[in-house]
Amino acid sequence: MLAWTIYLSFAGALLQALLPKGKADLSRWLALAFAAAGLALAVAGFAAGMGQGRTVIVDLPWVPAMGIHFLLAADGISRVLVLLTGLAAVAGVLFSWNIELRTNEFFAFFLALIGGVYGVFLSFDLFLLFVFYEIAIVPKYFLISIWGSTRREYAAMKLALYSFAGSAMVLIGLLAAYATSGSHSTGLIALAHAGLPVSFQMWCFPLVFTGFAILAGMWPFHTWAPTGHVAAPTAASMLLAGVVMKLGAYGCLRVGIALFPRGLDPWGFSFIGLGSWRDVFALLAVIGIVYGALVALAQTDFKFVIGYSSVSHMGFVLLGLMTLNQIGMTGAVMQMFSHGVIAGLLFAIVGRIVYERTHTRQLAELETMHLSKRLPFAAWAFVIAGMASMGLPGFSGFVAELQVLVGAWKVNPWWVVAAGVGIVVGVAYTWRALQKAFFSDAPPSPHLHEPGHELAAITWPEVTGVVLLTGASLVVGLYPRILLDTIEPAVKALLAGGGQ
Amino acid sequence: MNYWDLFHATLPVTALEIAALLVLVVDLGFLRRATLNVRVTTAALLGVAGCGAALWGLTLSAGQSVGVNFELPLLTESGGTVAAQAGILILTALTLLLLIDSVFTRHVGEYVSVVLMAASGGLIVAAAQDLLVIFIGLELLSLGLYILTAFAKSSGKSAEAALKYYLFGGMSAAFLLFGFSYFYGLTGSTNLKQIQWSMTASGASPMFYVAWILVVAGLGFKVAAVPFHLWAPDTYEGAPAPAAAFIASVSKVASFALLLTISMNWFVQSGPITGQRSVVTAALRQYYATWPPLATILLVVAAASMIVGNLAALAQVSVRRLLAYSAIAHAGYILLGIAAHPVYAGQGRLIEWAEGNIGPAYLSANAVLYYVLTYGLTTIGAFGVVAVVERATGSDRMDAFLGLHKRNPVLAAVLLVLFLSLAGIPPLVGFWAKFNLFAAVLGASAGAAPFALVALALALSAVSLYYYLQVLKRAYVMPAVDETPIEAHPVTLAVLVLIAAAVVGLGCFPALLQGWIGSCYSAG
Repeated sequence: MLAWTIYLSFAGALLQALLPKGKADLSRWLALAFAAAGLALAVAGFAAGMGQGRTVIVDLPWVPAMGIHFLLAADGISRVLVLLTGLAAVAGVLFSWNIELRTNEFFAFFLALIGGVYGVFLSFDLFLLFVFYEIAIVPKYFLISIWGSTRREYAAMKLALYSFAGSAMVLIGLLAAYATSGSHSTGLIALAHAGLPVSFQMWCFPLVFTGFAILAGMWPFHTWAPTGHVAAPTAASMLLAGVVMKLGAYGCLRVGIALFPRGLDPWGFSFIGLGSWRDVFALLAVIGIVYGALVALAQTDFKFVIGYSSVSHMGFVLLGLMTLNQIGMTGAVMQMFSHGVIAGLLFAIVGRIVYERTHTRQLAELETMHLSKRLPFAAWAFVIAGMASMGLPGFSGFVAELQVLVGAWKVNPWWVVAAGVGIVVGVAYTWRALQKAFFSDAPPSPHLHEPGHELAAITWPEVTGVVLLTGASLVVGLYPRILLDTIEPAVKALLAGGGQ
Repeated sequence: MNYWDLFHATLPVTALEIAALLVLVVDLGFLRRATLNVRVTTAALLGVAGCGAALWGLTLSAGQSVGVNFELPLLTESGGTVAAQAGILILTALTLLLLIDSVFTRHVGEYVSVVLMAASGGLIVAAAQDLLVIFIGLELLSLGLYILTAFAKSSGKSAEAALKYYLFGGMSAAFLLFGFSYFYGLTGSTNLKQIQWSMTASGASPMFYVAWILVVAGLGFKVAAVPFHLWAPDTYEGAPAPAAAFIASVSKVASFALLLTISMNWFVQSGPITGQRSVVTAALRQYYATWPPLATILLVVAAASMIVGNLAALAQVSVRRLLAYSAIAHAGYILLGIAAHPVYAGQGRLIEWAEGNIGPAYLSANAVLYYVLTYGLTTIGAFGVVAVVERATGSDRMDAFLGLHKRNPVLAAVLLVLFLSLAGIPPLVGFWAKFNLFAAVLGASAGAAPFALVALALALSAVSLYYYLQVLKRAYVMPAVDETPIEAHPVTLAVLVLIAAAVVGLGCFPALLQGWIGSCYSAG
């Protein structure tokens, strides 16, 4: 059933590409229908999969000469992330309702990207996963370079090259693993049981992990993220932050850690306090958390604030993965879901609700506009999203980051201390942005009440989208077991080796 | 050997030659007064029919070998040869179909018959097992290519390109012949297998390496490998588009098939490697002691081609020159596959494949052929698109592609598919070509050197995405200067859509083509 999320998305993309020009409304409704169908399937698949382990959906030989199978399966981690993709897709369509330029092409690329993302989360064959992972690169490029804003061609090319370079690293590692294992299967589970030599895992793990982590926004390879997010049209930045960065993190987890577990073993010596790849990547994750937060604090462009906050929040995911314990890794998966929803919401408010009306994202200019009075819906939506982003109890972010920190404490308390700094700064930059953009006391701009400066009314797709995303974050925040019950067994199985 | 056997084994070549003469007779004899349109269509269709007849001939001659001694044939129609020859015929037919839209010459009968003769040269090259036959085939192919390059008589660029191509080509043929004469002098035979036996028996002599370097220089020119690549950008830019497509595809397939034959004969034991690992490694050690430098020379050329091709392509503004440099880069990848032949690292690993065991040598030969054939197909399509745009805008510069998605959405979509395939994005066929090739290299030879080269190749293919996207960016992203629609001839459009569909279809079902090439090997 879940496999249909992939087929439907690609079919939708094809249909949109063939749609005659000038049927923008038809194109929107079709896109919404395909995205909603995907979400419905994802919810149904999630509900049906509760309490179940890994289930195989499709298994067909694809490239028999190399033992590659078209193997789609789902475990708890996949189901949660597929659900996230469904949410992000529907919200993305809703917040792109006002796209007038080449509407059908926009939704064609959008749905192709979504299809690739679903595919990555459901693939249990190494190379099938990689194929879907690369399929996602091209639509991103065109979404940003055609429909984007600020330095869009530069940002789009940067993102495409970063992604492609990352996936080249991954491909080298995967080919080497395939050749070394001597196994005739490329199934993730089969390869995890192939017993790759420790010395091989030691150098292959960092290669593959870094390749994937580039897309997860790991410091110092994060620089594509802020420029890409800012340049992208709203729906694309929602998808970039919401699901594409998760592709990277998911690859780190599903391929990097599951396939090369011994690559995280201690080296046997230590260099400036680092004794293993685990220490190295945890350090980079912590730097990302603090650095992202500090840089976000200094931004003058509203969207850059959110862009850097994504780097910071994705740091928690990577830190959670490096704890290698049940609670920390569960937290990492939770954080993927949580950040996907919250970042999507923040980008929607900044990019669609505010920017499309005020045509500025400069905090200094927004200060003079008194948006809390003129766009109360946006202001309160941002208050809620901001609280969720700060990690206040009651929202999904709290559950996720708490678990990551508890897991990290068990391994190395210093990580937690540093990450705590990131959280405090996180409160500060969110507060600052909120205050400047919406609740400022600055003297109003003299043009404010002139005719032609009225702000358009909030439309129904925006309300629906905001309700959908805040609802998801609240439900998970108030009743985290709804996801935890699905994630925990999958993480346990993965830690036990192979994820059987 | 009797003449019946010879005729039987060379049926496809004969069919092409008859078609070439027929085209001349029909065009010069009956259609003198017909309009150019009718003549082009008739000639092209006759040529395509000739290719079809040759394909049919191929099915009859498959499995044949011809020579004085069965062990030491002159030509074989077995294994990879059949796949390469079928590829040559299909690609030739496609380039002929693209001719229908062209107006660069009034001498269509001559053009088509030269194409068919060059293609028959390609067929001979792909099947040859003897130095003399190889040289005859190569000359037949090359002379045809020089003429084709010069066919746009009113264009100065075409004449310049042809002259450059001819001078470089003559030089490299001299090198090749010189190298061949060394091999003959050292071993007393012109047969590839006999030479290999003599080389193994007599051990490594430095003269072999001298001879090999000369041969690599000659063949490196044919496949446009650095440092013998200088003709390529000018020829690709100056030649009429259908001729450039022919040079970029058919001639490449034939030359790489030849290199593959040579490497299969000289780099490996003859016959598939079966049996236990220990048997293999024992045989390997013997070869390892003798032969690695041969491969090393090819590896250096391969690495240089990848680096120079990809980096030089970054700076191009002419799409044809860009395709030329990308062809150089692709030649580098393919040479890597040929050079890093499984036998070298001494760790040949048997891979169970389809039915029965087939040696890793065959796996890597399969990957090379897969790469060459799909690359040829993609390039023909790319040149087809360039030709249409060039006719409408008068230029092949990148800026001629501005706003293509508005001017002709189908053409733009074809360009998107083909260029992404050249960059190696899945699920297009170019991805599987690279994937198979690099997997074969790594799967067959462990060790740091092949790994480093594959890493280099992958890193450079990330670079290549940049220049392919530069063209696509103009087609899709940047605003159009001129929005008048570009019209393409329906046949051209149909051929291009067919090629794009094949690139997508073969990419989604990579086992199809792979299985077919594999079946050629198991049949032979």
